[in-house]
Amino acid sequence: MNTPIEASAEGAAGVFSRITRNRSGQSALITLASSLAAVLLALVIAGVLLSITGKNPLDAYSKMLDAGLNKVKLAEALQRATPLIIAAVAVAIGFKMNLFNIGVEGQFLMGMFWAAVVGAYVHLPPVLHVSLCLLVAMTAGAAWAGIAAVLKVKKGVNEVIATIMLNAIALSVIDWLFNEHFRFETPGNLDVKTKPLPTSAWMPSLFTVSSKTGKATTTVEVTSFILIALLIVLGFWLLVYKSKFGFRLRASGYNAVAARTAGISSNRMIVIAMLLSGAVAGLAGMPSLLGDTHAYGPTRPDGYGFNGIAVALLGRNHPAGIIVSALLWGFLDSVAGPLQLAKIPQSIVLVIKAIILLTVVIVNEVVGRRVAKRTADRTAAQLAAPAAVAA
Amino acid sequence: MSVQLDTPAAPTSPTRTWVTFISKPSTARLLAMAGTLFLLLSLTRVITDGKDLTSSGTMGTTLRVTIPILLAGLAGLWAERVGIVNIAIEGMMILGTWFGGYGAWKYGPWVGLMMAIVAGSVGGLIHAVAVVRFNVNHVISGVSINLFAFGAMRYLSELVYGKGTAGDAAGGGISKSPKQQSGIPSIDVPFLAGGKIGGWTSPDMLGWLERKAWPVIGDLAGIMRGLVVNVSMASIIALALVPFSAWVLWRTRFGLRLRSSGEAPAAAESLGVKVTPLRYAAMAISGAFAGFGGGFLAIVSSNYYQQGQTANRGYIGLATTIFGNWRPMGILGGATLFGFAEALNLVGPDALPKLFLFGTFACCMLVVMSLVQRKVVPAINGAIAGAVLLIGYLTIDKVPEPLTKSAPYVLTLVVLSTASQRLRPPAHAGLPYRSGESH
Amino acid sequence: MTSDGLAVQLEGIEKRFPGVIANHDVNLSVRTGTIHAIVGENGAGKSTLMKTLYGMHQPEAGSIFVNGNNVVLRSPSDAIAAGIGMVHQHFMLADNFTVLENIVLGAEPTSKGVVQFDDARATLDAIMKQSGTHVDLDANVSDLGVGQRQRVEILKVLFRGARILILDEPTAVLVPQEVDELFGNLRRLVADGATIIFISHKLDEVLAVSDDITVIRGGTTVAEVKPDKVTRGELAELMVGSELPSPHGRTSEVGSVVRLEVRGLSVAGPGERLLVDGVSFSIREGEVLGVAGVEGNGQFELCEAILGQVQPAAGAVLIGGEDVTSDSSHDRLVNGLSYIPFDRHREGLLLEAPLWENSLLGRDADPTFSRGPFIDAAATKRDCRDIIKRFDVRTPSEVVPAFALSGGNQQKLLVGRELSSNPRVLIAAHPTRGVDIGAQSAIWDTLRMARDEGLAVLLISADLEELIGLSDNIVVMYDGRINARLTPSEATPELLGTYMTGGLQEVAS
Repeated sequence: MNTPIEASAEGAAGVFSRITRNRSGQSALITLASSLAAVLLALVIAGVLLSITGKNPLDAYSKMLDAGLNKVKLAEALQRATPLIIAAVAVAIGFKMNLFNIGVEGQFLMGMFWAAVVGAYVHLPPVLHVSLCLLVAMTAGAAWAGIAAVLKVKKGVNEVIATIMLNAIALSVIDWLFNEHFRFETPGNLDVKTKPLPTSAWMPSLFTVSSKTGKATTTVEVTSFILIALLIVLGFWLLVYKSKFGFRLRASGYNAVAARTAGISSNRMIVIAMLLSGAVAGLAGMPSLLGDTHAYGPTRPDGYGFNGIAVALLGRNHPAGIIVSALLWGFLDSVAGPLQLAKIPQSIVLVIKAIILLTVVIVNEVVGRRVAKRTADRTAAQLAAPAAVAA
Repeated sequence: MSVQLDTPAAPTSPTRTWVTFISKPSTARLLAMAGTLFLLLSLTRVITDGKDLTSSGTMGTTLRVTIPILLAGLAGLWAERVGIVNIAIEGMMILGTWFGGYGAWKYGPWVGLMMAIVAGSVGGLIHAVAVVRFNVNHVISGVSINLFAFGAMRYLSELVYGKGTAGDAAGGGISKSPKQQSGIPSIDVPFLAGGKIGGWTSPDMLGWLERKAWPVIGDLAGIMRGLVVNVSMASIIALALVPFSAWVLWRTRFGLRLRSSGEAPAAAESLGVKVTPLRYAAMAISGAFAGFGGGFLAIVSSNYYQQGQTANRGYIGLATTIFGNWRPMGILGGATLFGFAEALNLVGPDALPKLFLFGTFACCMLVVMSLVQRKVVPAINGAIAGAVLLIGYLTIDKVPEPLTKSAPYVLTLVVLSTASQRLRPPAHAGLPYRSGESH
Repeated sequence: MTSDGLAVQLEGIEKRFPGVIANHDVNLSVRTGTIHAIVGENGAGKSTLMKTLYGMHQPEAGSIFVNGNNVVLRSPSDAIAAGIGMVHQHFMLADNFTVLENIVLGAEPTSKGVVQFDDARATLDAIMKQSGTHVDLDANVSDLGVGQRQRVEILKVLFRGARILILDEPTAVLVPQEVDELFGNLRRLVADGATIIFISHKLDEVLAVSDDITVIRGGTTVAEVKPDKVTRGELAELMVGSELPSPHGRTSEVGSVVRLEVRGLSVAGPGERLLVDGVSFSIREGEVLGVAGVEGNGQFELCEAILGQVQPAAGAVLIGGEDVTSDSSHDRLVNGLSYIPFDRHREGLLLEAPLWENSLLGRDADPTFSRGPFIDAAATKRDCRDIIKRFDVRTPSEVVPAFALSGGNQQKLLVGRELSSNPRVLIAAHPTRGVDIGAQSAIWDTLRMARDEGLAVLLISADLEELIGLSDNIVVMYDGRINARLTPSEATPELLGTYMTGGLQEVAS
């Protein structure tokens, strides 16, 4: 019976509201069970779509399991999950205060590009060099996100529209900078990239997994960046759930007007949250840059931004949820290639991921409302009993 | 800072009338501003010898690139007027491009366009189920649908155009459809643009005027001719949808009820208006517009489907909805602005710097208007912007290609940052609402 | 039309919500052509009953008769078809629509789907002429005042041809003069044969205007009385089962130290208008300064300026003699200012967060609740349990989310939170709005106790009785200015009403 909370009208910003329902009183078990049910439901729906298009879903799913459940593919899943964990944390920071940072895509590209450029032209001892690259990436990501923050705070431009536009602008700006200023041609190599990073800026691999099939050996190096990703998750947990700052952040997300009334400057929180989100987003391209390619080129990774949103939503913005969801996403990505060999279009993975996302947000919403209603009813019932005696 | 008007002039004094005219928004002022801007554009054309700025070629291209953005903007209008934020226009356009391309290749352009519209509509209904039935946040549902549309269309391409398929044999591939045999017919308007009546070719009057290149008249002729020469039937239908949307939304019972759902759904329900079916209907229409926009890209702007063909036009369209102030004519204006920026790129990359001079003139106009109203800060801002643009005009010969591509996005941010505070969105757009749960 | 016929008859209505029986065994007979009042305190089940009668939900048991016919009302449309119209307590209007659009919505005269606005305009002109009201049909609702909005609501109902009108607490937002005007209109409607069901807890009005009175208590109808056969006291006792609490009474004297001073404070609105215009006053320790005024006359902006949420255009705010005009909101709150906001859901609570986090809101700078940069959850929960106990918040525990609590208990938690930081100055805006009588008297007791201990209170209230009863001095705000200053002994609701609508105060001799 609670009335919908009005969004604070900051110019046109009032158009959007309530990104995620932050609900207390929902047990971890219910959350886990409902998420699992949503994933299963998604697989059923995707199966139906597969059947309609003349493919056998059971065959496809069993091929996916066959292809994915071995140590090489699992290592690859871990490898692929690393940037997604980082991107999802970036998105989740925004979500926690009802800010929708769709701009992670642009922010991570900015971070990656500037880290590649700056890192290539300095000489430093190994640890310092890596640290510098990370710092540059964070600064670039934060600066790009900061544009959206300033537009929102000063001009009332909704961050959803602003970050979408900034994604497109980031691509253009980077293309221009790369083509006009930072192309580095290596003789005999057609693959044009920026100047390669010196080895002092490389992240070592944590471990290597390889397997032999026939004569070919497949090797997967898992970058040590996974450790940094886990540190980021830990930091996110401490900051958002345990610190005073995090309380203010969440309070602004629950009810921006009430938070402002309690002396929490909403503009300040918006700027800080966007900068933090952008800084973390800036790091999402680093596992690839420092651990693998060691230079920026047109064959850059993409999609971390939107997949980060998906992983954050799937993980309900919770640290543990984000890690598990990123691993699921990594697993699905890793089996796309083998599916192709089995004559199943590999883009079925994209379809499955999108359906999982849709079912998860719907199931979250439905279960969340049920739980909230039950909490309210139970509270009313608990209070009604002694009150009846008193009356 | 409030500055008093100095002289207590009588209301009839001519200076006072001027001040009122410039300060108070009115249709006359809007027309006067548009006229002045046009004169400045003509002046720019003469000074820079930049025929491209007002040529019928540029205008024709402008129209062609405006239409998809316009349709996306109208898709946003229908959704937001019923109270639903539609960030999934991009995804619905993707559905439109794929099905449009497929249908036009298989069954001809009109069937293709219909398939695009239906596909977009289905996308709109999926969004409606998520946000109306299940109350999912509108932006989240939108992002999910965009991801779904991209993945699902790629999957279909793999199935239909992948290796060893008939589509592959006809020249398609996993990211594009085969070329279409025929397109949607275009027409030239008789007399104005030399269209044919029966077998007789009528004179091309606007073309003659345009070639004379007289100031103002030549420019006007060029712009007009662009709108009447070689115009696709699909463009005409799309343009007709602008007044049609306005009529339905503001004159009919369906439209009034639809808008009430976007303004105050609880009030509407308390009067017996059934909000839920209205929301489904509006989302089906919104999706149809987006699908039409996608189909236009695959059938009219091009003659095959290509992955990534929408190129963010869905998002630009949504921005158009916002700074068109949720009104059809405003959306048409916004879409034209984007279309013009994009068309200049297509026509010639050296046209853009000439626009800087035009921008300088426009800034001068802004400064004058601000000074008349005694607003100091906007005048200073305008002067700075004008100076920057002038320097840009004098020093830059050619804007690098990647940067010109970002022009529509930069333009969106600039326009939104100057206009956001003055806009009046539907009061309940994007807010959660559950039928029957209100007080 | 027979005047002794029954327009509405309810028999044995029962409505249950999970865990709560909102209505049971409700019986009601409303004679055609009368004003029938339904009285009961907040939470007694009046609104639930009226929603049943307007088809907004269905009862579990019982029957409804309209003009003698047994009807089943599945939706507001059914009720409208049966000739029933409802004027809601919270206006149901689309702000961006014109008055005309708001009125015709849902009952549009159309030709081939096109709305015939001119026909509607003609109909409405006739209705307005007959009922003696007038509203500009082309005005945007967002530009209308509260009284005019209510007229739009009534026109909406009349336009649909309703002969039975339900008015849910129609006077809650009106000043006394507007109330008189409303009652004049209602009598005129009744004279024309309409039937009015009038829901209220303001007993004086009920006694003044109604022909019959039905009392609801604890979800059921407990009595039906005639206004000329019952006194105010008797009616109150029927309504709450005991005497009404009174806001009056004090035990200590106002001190001499000025705690809050406001000097020439002005707040600029959009355009050139001043929302607060040169307001000055001071509040000493142990003093309650009441602010009367129709909502929207600058009270909210005044509070925002004192709190530091907006930068004033002119003037100064002093707390404890110290100029805090340039301090941030946060600094002022830390330095002894507290605030019970106008709208607890909008400004006061994190509805989806647990109570203990709500009790922390605005107090997280207090070292008691933190360990370094982190929150000490155990200490905060302990403190919240303490607030729950001291302020009698009815809740199973401190971990339930705030939305699960009733309005009265949410408000008690809020009052408790604001008072437990030991403030020197409290701004209390409508501290007892929408709470039941038990919570109301508890909040009054709390405020009195805090005042007696030296708290300076700025009290803003639409409940004039509360204002007169609690305040040591009263000012009236009109159009951003203070246009009257008086003591509670000279203030009457009528006099305040005159000033609240812009009447000028005679210069004191």
